[in-house]
Amino acid sequence: MSENIESRRQGRPVYIVDGARTPFIKARGKPGPFTPVDLAVQCGRPLLLRQPFAATEFDQVILGCVNAGADEQNPGRVAALRLGCGTETVAFTVAINCGSGMQSIDTAYKYIAAGDSDLILAGGAESLSNAPLILNHQAVDFFAGLNAAKSPLDRARAFANFRTDMLAPVIGLERGLTDPITNLGMGQTAEVLAHIFKISRQQADEYSTESHHRLAKAQQEGWLNDEVEPMFARDGELYDHDDGMRADSSVDKLAKLKPVFERPFGKVTAGNSSQITDGASWVILASEEAVKKHGLKPRAVILDSEWAALDPSIMGLGPVLSSTPLLQRAGMALSDVDVWEINEAFAAQLLACLAAWNDEAFCKDVLGLPGAAGLIDRDKLNVDGGAIALGHPVGATGNRIVLHVVNTLHRLGKKRGIATECIGGGQGGAMLIEAL
Amino acid sequence: MADAFDTHDRTWQALSSRNEELGPGLKATAPSPYRNWRVTRDADNLAWAVLDKAGSSANTISPDVLEELDAILTTLEQNRPAGLVIRSAKASGFIAGADIGQFVGMTDEAEVAAGMTRAHVVADRLEALTIPTIAVVHGYCLGGGLEVALACHHRIGVEGSTYGFPEVQLGLHPGLGGTARLTRLIDPLEAMQLMLTGKTVVAKKAKALGIIDVVVPERHVEAAIQAALAGKLSSPKPTLKARVLDSAPARRILAQRMKAEADKQAPHANYPAPYALVELWEKHGGDFEAMKREEIQSFARLMVTETSRNLVRVFFLRQKLQGLAGRPPKIKHVHVIGAGAMGGDIAAWVAWRGLTVTLGDVKPEPLAGAIKRAAALYEKIGHGDKLRIRDALDRLIPDLKGAGIAHADIVIEAVPENLKLKHAIYAATEPKMKAGAILASNTSSIPFEELRTGLSKPGRLVGLHFFNPVSRMMLVEVIRHDQLDPEVEKTARAFAGMIDRLPAPARSAPGFIVNRALTPYLQEAMTMLDEGIAKETIDKAAENFGMPMGPVELADTVGLDICVDVAEMLKRELHWPMPDAPDWLTKKVEAKKLGRKTGEGLYVWKGGHPVKDLKASKPDADMADRLILPMLNTCVALLREGVTEDADVIDASMIFGSGFAPFRGGPLSYAKARGVGEIKARLVELAGKYGERFKPDEGWDALG
Repeated sequence: MSENIESRRQGRPVYIVDGARTPFIKARGKPGPFTPVDLAVQCGRPLLLRQPFAATEFDQVILGCVNAGADEQNPGRVAALRLGCGTETVAFTVAINCGSGMQSIDTAYKYIAAGDSDLILAGGAESLSNAPLILNHQAVDFFAGLNAAKSPLDRARAFANFRTDMLAPVIGLERGLTDPITNLGMGQTAEVLAHIFKISRQQADEYSTESHHRLAKAQQEGWLNDEVEPMFARDGELYDHDDGMRADSSVDKLAKLKPVFERPFGKVTAGNSSQITDGASWVILASEEAVKKHGLKPRAVILDSEWAALDPSIMGLGPVLSSTPLLQRAGMALSDVDVWEINEAFAAQLLACLAAWNDEAFCKDVLGLPGAAGLIDRDKLNVDGGAIALGHPVGATGNRIVLHVVNTLHRLGKKRGIATECIGGGQGGAMLIEAL
Repeated sequence: MADAFDTHDRTWQALSSRNEELGPGLKATAPSPYRNWRVTRDADNLAWAVLDKAGSSANTISPDVLEELDAILTTLEQNRPAGLVIRSAKASGFIAGADIGQFVGMTDEAEVAAGMTRAHVVADRLEALTIPTIAVVHGYCLGGGLEVALACHHRIGVEGSTYGFPEVQLGLHPGLGGTARLTRLIDPLEAMQLMLTGKTVVAKKAKALGIIDVVVPERHVEAAIQAALAGKLSSPKPTLKARVLDSAPARRILAQRMKAEADKQAPHANYPAPYALVELWEKHGGDFEAMKREEIQSFARLMVTETSRNLVRVFFLRQKLQGLAGRPPKIKHVHVIGAGAMGGDIAAWVAWRGLTVTLGDVKPEPLAGAIKRAAALYEKIGHGDKLRIRDALDRLIPDLKGAGIAHADIVIEAVPENLKLKHAIYAATEPKMKAGAILASNTSSIPFEELRTGLSKPGRLVGLHFFNPVSRMMLVEVIRHDQLDPEVEKTARAFAGMIDRLPAPARSAPGFIVNRALTPYLQEAMTMLDEGIAKETIDKAAENFGMPMGPVELADTVGLDICVDVAEMLKRELHWPMPDAPDWLTKKVEAKKLGRKTGEGLYVWKGGHPVKDLKASKPDADMADRLILPMLNTCVALLREGVTEDADVIDASMIFGSGFAPFRGGPLSYAKARGVGEIKARLVELAGKYGERFKPDEGWDALG
């Protein structure tokens, strides 16, 4: 782990050329109008339309997605075909929970750096509002029995096995957000970190309010106009902004909420957690050759990436474990990073990361640093708000934060940024990006 | 015959020809003794008769096709095969129907009957074969084609095939035994419904009805043929219901209802065919041989009616306009500017037809509305084909930033009728367009001489004037001006054909063809309203003539604001002796009572229909002529002025753009049939009674 950044860059430079995302829309209790592939198509169409090359030019299409719909298995391929990338373009889907949208970029990065591809469309999509209600096991057995019954008498017998508790579906989303190894919900892991790093309810609520205000400002100022492409549903509904944002968010309002994962003493509430959301994002990656061939104007170059793993019960520290090696290899301090996007899975979790970096013992024992890394300047961190305000469509987030780092570096005229996130199951992913 | 998602996929391209089942030796080099058929035998002594009509891209039944089939049947009787498969070699379909060309100029009823009797002999012979006969149908199977298939013992439908009897649209009914065979094969009520409406059904429905035995993808055709030969394909058995309906009393009762329905759709004095068909079934439905015999006679009677002659003429007018479209152009991407009622619907239709369409507007809300309307349209015309609907919606791309302009082969501007606005849009758009891309305008009233100023390449500007609603009105007026590049005009016409519309070329004159000819019709209605005549009465006069809707209802449907605008423009540009719009009309427009789109105009509208007083008085003898003759007068002026050089194009435009009574063959055709002298005299009479506006145009003399 003590290699430097130069030795890591064995391969060719990999450029980020362009990207776009859908507005992130909050799940509101019933299935939303778009499946993961629909979302991918909604922002993919305008993105591809503004490129100087045809959609069939991509060597591969890679999509991060955790909850693929039953009608859209391998959503990466379905999206690629619906976007006109052509029957002859290989397309696949990657899943590493919250990291999926970044894993697609990382996989593309590795293919291009190694010389195996020149132009890749890498994205992430998630439609949590369409996460299935799963039949419990007894219900599945019942229906299987009914299906196998041939004669009317057999069918009558099969029907007799019905029990009303078979009607209780398993909420897929709930199971999906629970780590199977520790049986802790994601929010519970944030409670663990809040305890270890002494993060208070007040601090979490203050941070969350700030996230909403920053997003509100970004929306007002039009800073997201080049990133977000409006969506048009079949029923005539228009979605043109991240609609989970509450401009009137305040610490007082958030203080009224009860803990949502561990009652009655917990610190994590619905108000200081990321929202359940639908959304998609794409990024176009290119080699030097592709840039020349198609006359592209790259916006950034990927300098480095890192994945880390740790105990699932404290998965929230994933950003710390995955970003630190990037800094070490680049010979950078925390403060040398101009733009940080650390996914706000939970305010308490994010604050725990900041606290960990400022904790001498932690930095020495876990990160192998000579001392505490320091504090990240809040003005460089999640400058336009984060998942607490705009939501966390699991498979898309990793992609969005990379795209937003690129866009923010350009808006502020800055040089280097890191996009990083914690991953359910106990992992973390990070990318170091330089604007061009 | 494509199952592929993308027929350009190289692997698929290499293999697609292996996905057809046309029997052995179709591509054999040995010459066929027949001009239109190729007959082969396979290793199991199964005979294949593949119809590949000479000199045509589609198969149609003509006397020579039937004569050759007769000869083929003779050879089969002399050297009996294990069975006979009849299939088409044409990619587009099985058989499109009779060769309509042979219907033209038929005036001798007895001659028609003799010809049909000869044809029946061949069909009966086919049916009487003692070997199994199997029709394998792909694509369309219509009219006489369906009758040939019905004369076979089995019918295998390939996925995507469609079936129907469109003869009523020509003022006829099936004449090759179809009336008898279909009512015997399937539920007679369903059979009658199919023949009375002329609608086509998809393969799945055809199987459900019992018209075909099975629906298979191309890859199972051979297995299906084997199943048919082995007697394993279940033929539908007549149901109890069908047997009851075969009784004369039952038929009598049902026939009354059918006749009443048919009359409601179109008065049988104008459209005798549906009525004749119902009578045929009512009298002879229970007797197969009698029904076939009487079918010939009924068919011959209908063939020589003026209605049928005129509807055949309409068929050829349609073909003529299709001919003006020519070969499909290399157009893949269309950009539409303006997501209003017309722009949005044009975009939706073009995307449905398979092209990629980017739809631009200044705000996202109209785009959202356009997507909603498109989704609703696709649900209606997509017949539950979820994949087709999804793919069409994927191709219809809202494009606020206009990124699609750079990709577009055609840019269609459909913004409000404001010259400054259009100029601004052209100025912003033209620089982004591809080198050879066409700029088309849907304008209905701004002259192209004014539109084109400011363009760096005025030659690329052409008019594509669509009619509302785009999905149902076949006509597109293709408007030229004196700086238009002829290649652009040609491509514009070809584009219309590509999206299954009919191009009517015209030069840029006020109102082009349809709006100009309709306006005096609408204005006379306003004048009559002013005189105190009830709107229902006015409309009835026009409906009795054969117009699909009367002028008052039409004005409300188009929108009173648009009618007033067009009328004012025409009056200004053409110096017409027309009265100004009455005060009460301008007041209605100001009060936003614009007609159907606002729920009230001249009529009150409920649920998309006008609320009519059924007790309104009957129209008097003058009313129809007051409404229709000015329309004819204007058509004559259009011809004289050379707005379009061709009387047929004028007739076709009025039929396909405004629904002018098709059974009359078109305004100019009707005028000639009625007599130029008589019409001129009538116009003079009406001018004396009602005003100068009825003065006959100078062009009447040239028309005779």
